[in-house]
This record gives sequence, structure tokens and C-alpha cells, in this order.
Amino acid sequence: MSARERILGRLRTPGTAPEMPDVAGWYRARQRNETTPERITRLRAVLESVHAEVHETTDWPALLLQIATSKGLNNLLIGDNTPHGEHLASLAADKLTLIRYSEPIDGWRNRLFDEVDASLTLARSAIAETGTLILWPDASEPRTMSLVPPIHFALLDVNKIHADFDAAMRTENWQAGMPTNALLISGPSKTADIQQTLAYGAHGPRELVVLLCHTGVLS
Amino acid sequence: MSQIIHFDPDQDFKARSRTAVNDPAQRANFRGAMDFLQAKRRGQFGDQDELAGLRAIGAAIRQNSLAKLPELLELLEKNLTANGIQVHWAETAADANAIALGIARRVGARNIAKGKSMVSEEIGFNHAMADAGIDAFETDMGEYIVELAGEKPSHIIMPAIHKTKQQIAALFAEKIPGVAYTEDVDALIRIGRQVLRGKFAGADVGLSGVNFAVAETGTLCLVENEGNGRMCTTVPDVHIAVTGIEKVVEKLEHVPPLYSLLTRSATGQSITTYFNMISRPRQEGEKDGPREVHLILIDNGRSQAHADEQLRATLQCIRCGACMNHCPVYARIGGHAYGTTYPGPIGAIVSPHMLGLNATYPLAFASTLCGACVEVCPVKIPITDILIRLRNEAQAGEEQASLRGSGAGRSALATAIWKGWSLVYSRLGIYRLTSWFISRGHKLSPVSQGAWTKCRTALKPAPKRLRDLIRERRS
Repeated sequence: MSARERILGRLRTPGTAPEMPDVAGWYRARQRNETTPERITRLRAVLESVHAEVHETTDWPALLLQIATSKGLNNLLIGDNTPHGEHLASLAADKLTLIRYSEPIDGWRNRLFDEVDASLTLARSAIAETGTLILWPDASEPRTMSLVPPIHFALLDVNKIHADFDAAMRTENWQAGMPTNALLISGPSKTADIQQTLAYGAHGPRELVVLLCHTGVLS
Repeated sequence: MSQIIHFDPDQDFKARSRTAVNDPAQRANFRGAMDFLQAKRRGQFGDQDELAGLRAIGAAIRQNSLAKLPELLELLEKNLTANGIQVHWAETAADANAIALGIARRVGARNIAKGKSMVSEEIGFNHAMADAGIDAFETDMGEYIVELAGEKPSHIIMPAIHKTKQQIAALFAEKIPGVAYTEDVDALIRIGRQVLRGKFAGADVGLSGVNFAVAETGTLCLVENEGNGRMCTTVPDVHIAVTGIEKVVEKLEHVPPLYSLLTRSATGQSITTYFNMISRPRQEGEKDGPREVHLILIDNGRSQAHADEQLRATLQCIRCGACMNHCPVYARIGGHAYGTTYPGPIGAIVSPHMLGLNATYPLAFASTLCGACVEVCPVKIPITDILIRLRNEAQAGEEQASLRGSGAGRSALATAIWKGWSLVYSRLGIYRLTSWFISRGHKLSPVSQGAWTKCRTALKPAPKRLRDLIRERRS
């Protein structure tokens, strides 16, 4: 008999399972009637409380280039042929050096860790209750983009803010198929491991800059 | 092995506890940390109705998952396998390490970057790898500090909670080349970040734990603030996840309530910085992520708890640490005194299944049964009932013993005394005779009665029995 069979054998005991709670009903009952501006306000408040930098804009490329200048960035990592990345590229010209994530990490791991100042990714949606961005990284915007560079810029369409995590999963029907990696990101990386003193920039980005786009990410 | 099998567990535990309570600096660290964590948790649960509702949901999800555990594990395995994640089963800590070592050797790994995982502490992973010549290094800031100091975590969520920033400053200055003494926490974290960043890029294998394993989609969920967990599961070519078999939940919809209960109970955060959901290794065309993902499902005594109707509730635990944060005993003796990977109330009830009751029964007695842990447990584990059960198990005779190591706390003297007591109280004649002798001989009762007379007056039987007094009154 294999270890698997022995373990499963020990766990097979008679008895009936207690009833499952109505999770959907619980969240439905707690839903509030909220307008988009109200959701934006909630999202902003929580994100800012954990040291994220949040901007509302109708012209994100101009704003991003301005922030990049004020932060003194040498370069910005963008996705591989993404519509928003190329949109920025068409406007950045000589204002900011853009690096495209066009090769697998294996060939340039050390450069990614040591030389990239910041990155730009799209957030798929967000959660107002906890101040959370939802990212589903893919081939054009890989997982390490929101992890390795010290500053992470995230674009979010303000019409894609869900009330809570449960609503996000249900509305977007995650159950039908999960991506390789799904991420919830709520602020810059942090730790309180030294005497409960909060410090930002543990292993992930030191800064999270959220650009809330009022007129879509491609306008 | 990280676990010490105690020859005389009772004396060891008492000795360690005594040392701990006599260390005022460490007691101040723990007191401060516990007050901080309690206040943070309270801040999250202002709405008592919401808390009650969410706890009921959390407890029901965990109970239901445990009732269906074998079926859910099979479904999880099926879906993970379909997603390309390889599933392994380990009955013991040694089996789990052997499986991980087999994977590491096959891919020619020289080092393993570790995200925070209490299960890896439980199985003594680092030592097993070191014995095989592989460098498994911690990357969570707290774990990194503890590893640098050559110690073990003293708390399941905040491993270095027993240390002050001055101690950490001195440790960094001593152990990390080129680092000057600084008490500035931001500077200390920057140093840790710099050291570990260099190691992430060169890591061959990443190891992580699992907070929730979702059966219906084949998804492994990881909760963290620092980003080291994401590093370990994203940057190296191979990711190995280790978890106890109890961590499975049936549906994706079970994750939001449990995740909310976990972070709010643990550190008083409404959410952590990262929630990392892994369902596949790197796919064709994707530019990062591990090419291989493995899950090692570990029993290590959990099936013993599962088999017992009352003790099964032990496995409902989602490892938030709220029970230890609110425990008056833990706050005074700290995590190391327990001598087990999992300290505090949850440690007292889960460790007997991993190490045997013979090695751990004194922990069940290290409680005032005040019930603070039960009150704050987000999944409503009846911890005090289980502690009482384990106390009884520790005294159980051969015929009642049901756990590994049952009866280990039995002493011949105590057994004889209780036998005598039961004899006296079940036979009227003997009872009358005994009570007559005791009341008449009340002057002979000792002045010093051990621990009792340390801070109380000695117990003395009354010179006359109740029945004597009644008889006098009637006559």
C-alpha cells in the first residue's frame, strides 16, 4: 500500500458532514448600495492608509511621466506588447527609458533584480473594502513585474472596483478557471518583524503607485 | 530534527518555564507584543455581530472540510495534477523531507530559498537539507533574524517576537559582514532586504507553506506581507509547497471568509499585502514562474486527531496565533519554553499528535483553563475541552488509552491515592471509619503541604465530622 492509500484509509471514518454555510447569502446581506465615486473613496482611503500612493487621472501617461521625473527614475519596465504599454511608449519618446519584458526571466534575472527602477502593469480590478488590487499576470505582463522592481505603478479603471473579495470572485467567475497565478496586492511590501515596528519595502516593491483612470486606460 | 524528544518532558518544560519567567527583559518583550497584537485584533472586530457571523461561517467551513477530508484531498490531487502540479503524500516528517530531497537532488539544487512555513519547522526541513549538503535558507525577515541567531521561532506568525530591536541591531552588526550597529528599524529592514535579494536571484528551489488549498480549482493560496513568499514561489525554477493534510477547503468561495478571519485575528490587519494564488507551473509562452510545482501533503500524526470525534476540532486551526496572543501562560513563558514547533494553546493541543502525548502532556496542564483562547479563536476550536481531554488521556490506564503516548503522565502514587479515594467513597462503613480517624487525628496533619502552603495556610481536617455535630445537636 502506498503512503497515499494509508493516509486516506486512516481518514475514512463514518459520519455525516455538518451543513455548509451560505457564504453567498452572508456577503449578499452585507452589500451596500454604492456609487462608483463612493467605491473610489473607500478604495483610496484604505490604500493610502497602508502607504500606497494613489492618483486619480484622465491622462495617466502624462501623470506617470511626471511622477517618474519627480522620482528620478532611470527606467520603467513595461509589458511585452500590451496596448497600454505601447500607448505610453508612443508618448514617452525621450522622456523615460522603457524596458520591455520581451524575454523570459532566465536570460536576464540579475538585470531585473539590479537595474530596473520601476514597472508598470495593469490591474484587472480592485476591492474597495480592503484597498486591494487584483492582478492576473500573464505572458505579456509576467508575475515578477509587480514584485521585483522597487516601485510598482498599477493602472486601474475606476469602473472595475468590487465591493469585497467575494463579489470580485463571483462577478468575474473565477471558479470557471484560475490563471497560473492570481494576486491580490494591498499596498507596498511591508514587515513588522522587528519589535512590531512597521517598515515598508521588505522584499517586494517599496512603493506602490496606483493610477485610477477615469476615462479608461487607453484614452 | 528540530523536535526534541524529551526524556523527562515534565521537568524539561518546568525548567524552561522557570528560566523564562525569571527573565524580565524577555517577559517585557512578550507582554508588549501581546498587548500590541490584542489591541490590533480588537480594532478589527468592532462589529460583534459581524464577528459572530463570520466565525460561525469559518467554523462550519472548516468542520465540513474535515468531515469530507479524504474526498477533498482526492479532488485536490486530481485538479492539481490536471493543472500540472505534482502531488506527493508523506506519512511522517522524515518521509516529507525525503520527498523534497529527492526533488532537489534530481534538479541538482545546491540551495533552497524558504518562505515562512511552520510545517517546514515541524518537519525539521532545514536540518534534513543541511545533512544532505543543501543550503536551505530563511527569507522571511523574522525567520531570517531567528536563523541568524541560531534560534527557533517563538511565535507562529511573528517568529522573532522575543527579540528587541537592540538585540537585532547587535546581531546584524555581529553576523553580517560590513554592517554597522544601527537601531533604526527601516535601516535594519533595508539590510535584510539587500542580503536576501542577492540570494533570491540565485536560488535553485523555492519552498513555501500553504494557507488554503482549494480542491475545486486546484489552487494553493499563500498569505504574506513581505513579498518573500512570492519570491520563493516565482523566481526559482522549482517550487515545492509543504502542507498539513488538513489545509484543504472545498470551494473557492470558502477562501474570502477564512482569509478575512485569518489576517484580522492574527495581526489585526484587514488584509495582508499579498494574497498569492498558485494554480499552475509556468505555461508555454509565459516568461517567469517555476517550471515545476510540487505539493507535499503531510500527515505526521494529523490522522490520529482526525480519527477522534472530539480531537478532530484541533485540525480546524487556520494558524492565526490569536490563541497564543491572548494566553496568560504564553504571555509569561513565551514560545520557546514549550519546546515544540507550535507553542501556546494550539501547540498544546496539536503537538501530542505529532510528537506523542508522552513527550508533550505537560503542555496540556500549562493552562488556567480561563478560556481566552476559545473566545478569540476565529474557527471556534473548543481548546479548553480538548486540554481537559488530553489531561485525562495523560492519566489514562491501558484500557482507556486512545492516543500515542496516552497514560504517560500516570504516577503510581496518584493512581493509588485515587483508588483509595474511590474505595472510601463507595463503601459507607469504610467511609465512616476513615472519616472518624481523620477527624480525631486532625492535630497530626502536616504544617507543610508542598505547593499548597507556599502561599496558603495549611489544610486541617475539622475535629468533628458533620454527622458528629448533627448527632450532638439531636441529643
